[in-house]
Amino acid sequence: MAGVTAGGGTAGVRAHARIEARPDGRGSTVLPVLAGEGPLALRRTRGTAGEARVTVVGAMSGPLGGDRFLLEADVAADARLGVGSAAATLALPGQGKDPARQETRLRVAAGAALRWEPEPLISVRGSDLELLTRAEVAEGGRLLLREELVLGRHAEPPGTLTSRLTLRVGGRLVLDQELACGPGAPGGWDGPAVLAGHRAVGQILLVDPAFAVRPPPSRLLGQAASLVALPGPAALITALAPDALRLRRLLEEALRATAGPAGDAEGG
Amino acid sequence: MHLHHPHDGHGHGAPAPSGAAARRPDGTRRALRLGLGGPVGSGKTATVAALCRELRSELSLAVVTNDIYTREDAEFLLREAVLPPERITAVETGACPHTAIRDDISANLEAVEDLEDAVGPLDLVLLESGGDNLTATFSRGLVDAQIFVIDVAGGDDIPRKGGPGVTTADLLVVNKTDLAPYVGSDLDRMAADAKAQRGHLPVVFQSLREEAGVDRVAAWVRERLAAWRA
Amino acid sequence: MTRAALLLLADGRFPAGGHAHSGGAEAAVRAGLITDAASLEEFCRGRLHTSGLVAASLAAAAALGVDPGDLDAAADARTPSPALRAAARRLGRQLLRAARATWPCAGLDLLARRFPKGAHQPVVLGAVAQAAGLEPLDAAYCAAYESVGGPATATVRLLGLDPFDATGVLARLAPATDRVADRAVRAAREALDTGVDALPAASAPLLEISAEVHAARTGRLFAT
Repeated sequence: MAGVTAGGGTAGVRAHARIEARPDGRGSTVLPVLAGEGPLALRRTRGTAGEARVTVVGAMSGPLGGDRFLLEADVAADARLGVGSAAATLALPGQGKDPARQETRLRVAAGAALRWEPEPLISVRGSDLELLTRAEVAEGGRLLLREELVLGRHAEPPGTLTSRLTLRVGGRLVLDQELACGPGAPGGWDGPAVLAGHRAVGQILLVDPAFAVRPPPSRLLGQAASLVALPGPAALITALAPDALRLRRLLEEALRATAGPAGDAEGG
Repeated sequence: MHLHHPHDGHGHGAPAPSGAAARRPDGTRRALRLGLGGPVGSGKTATVAALCRELRSELSLAVVTNDIYTREDAEFLLREAVLPPERITAVETGACPHTAIRDDISANLEAVEDLEDAVGPLDLVLLESGGDNLTATFSRGLVDAQIFVIDVAGGDDIPRKGGPGVTTADLLVVNKTDLAPYVGSDLDRMAADAKAQRGHLPVVFQSLREEAGVDRVAAWVRERLAAWRA
Repeated sequence: MTRAALLLLADGRFPAGGHAHSGGAEAAVRAGLITDAASLEEFCRGRLHTSGLVAASLAAAAALGVDPGDLDAAADARTPSPALRAAARRLGRQLLRAARATWPCAGLDLLARRFPKGAHQPVVLGAVAQAAGLEPLDAAYCAAYESVGGPATATVRLLGLDPFDATGVLARLAPATDRVADRAVRAAREALDTGVDALPAASAPLLEISAEVHAARTGRLFAT
């Protein structure tokens, strides 16, 4: 399905990567589908007991303007999957005027667990990227989803970036959130209501059936990070930081503060 | 004592949009709502606390405070344990306590409803305003009667100066009479000025440090309640 | 319809509880992020294009007749901060109380019965606009204007900012307010056809975080 498309004066790469995880019936997870494509190469890496682990390897730099990437992961009932990436993703300027688009679709069945922890996305000067992340978790499924956005490489103004993250649990909408920043974004995006000059913004989204009984209490880490319970068995950590390193530290500190098993999974 | 007869509302359909309706959606008469206003430091919160201690064994009552700084008066009442915590609630007023009791009473009406939801039917709700100026009075959509609390230390010319609180409140309380000799306030003059401003409307001079304490104010509250239920 | 009802509904004196809220301005002032008219303008611009746009879209959709239950759930999903969700419901309930007394009608009574603990304020605002004979665009304008009017008024009280400067900020935001109201109505029409996922979900991370910071603080002047 990979290929270079040309249309409307723009060219871009289309790539589609798929992962399917399923329990093997003996307490481990197998991957009947592990199909990378072009710039979205997938490697099975060493996992832990019961959890299969996949690393997305950026074989080409990207996404560039006009590119269309789609990543899909399906975790079947009682399977456990962890997905990370080998390095940060750079959103780069392309030839054409069209924005690049990277879409991620995650489906987690009842009793299954998915940890989706890619390295940061860096919005490089002159780039234009739309990120779309849709997670659908069945009643009784668990999810840890990390998203880190870095606006520009060191001391560089950012490109244009829009990110939309939606979560459904048991078919019910729990989170729908969009962030727009960089040149061309609506006014005030870098002002005191939205980012206030911070160059790294990140989230960890947690779904855990245990939250239905005992939602995590709201918690603050200084003035720039919070953990809140969402209207579902879910919680959201949001953090703002001057750079990617400090963002990761804040997110991990907040994650340790959650009492839920999803947090435990991260720790052990 | 002069008794103002509260007008009858026409509450039906659930829940009532207007705060002035005299009956609950189920047709029973709702709690009597009394407002306590007055300048900062005149003893509103102390009077509310004393009324709670005096009346809590005979009535189902609750308190709504309107603070400038969020919950300070509510916290005081909680610390003093004058009522169980679920019977005390604080309304946040956005730096304008007089707005919350007069111009936009929606948050206070919500607070009263929430209290009844939480603890069941009430006989009496005391609504305390944040310490504000002499012009702050309660809306008739929020309270059935109001008490204005001043004190002798605030100056014995306050009754003479008048203002809506002093002249129109259903009861004027002149507090801290025990301090009069120390601050040089002339109680007779205050009483005469109050009479001139208020005509037949009642005035109570009290000191919460003395034996009688809040007795006369409590007696006035019982009379209002009897009239409300009649 | 009567356009004059719009003036009544958009008036800051409409007794629906807004005066106790600063729309995040108090937290921003305390954090040193709003210090003058220029930073107030940046704050308001950011709020207008994020929570203002979302509120305007919800209000327009409610005025168009999109199901208030769906809209309330969509508002929940767009408001991660529990403090902001609670405040939005409280304000929705206060607005509904004021509106039922102002424009009595069966539709608003039904809404009150369906959401005894309150629906998100913009959802109620749209229903109220409809009850007052207003158009979806009017509802969107109300919500968009409220998203900046509240912080501007609060900042005058918090900083002693010159009220003429604060009013100037609102005037400079007028063209952006027009665009937000138009976009909100387009999204609302799409939502009527395809469902509430078509509504914008623009978020402001700092507003969400600082709402929690503010809720945990004692000795604040404004509820949010």
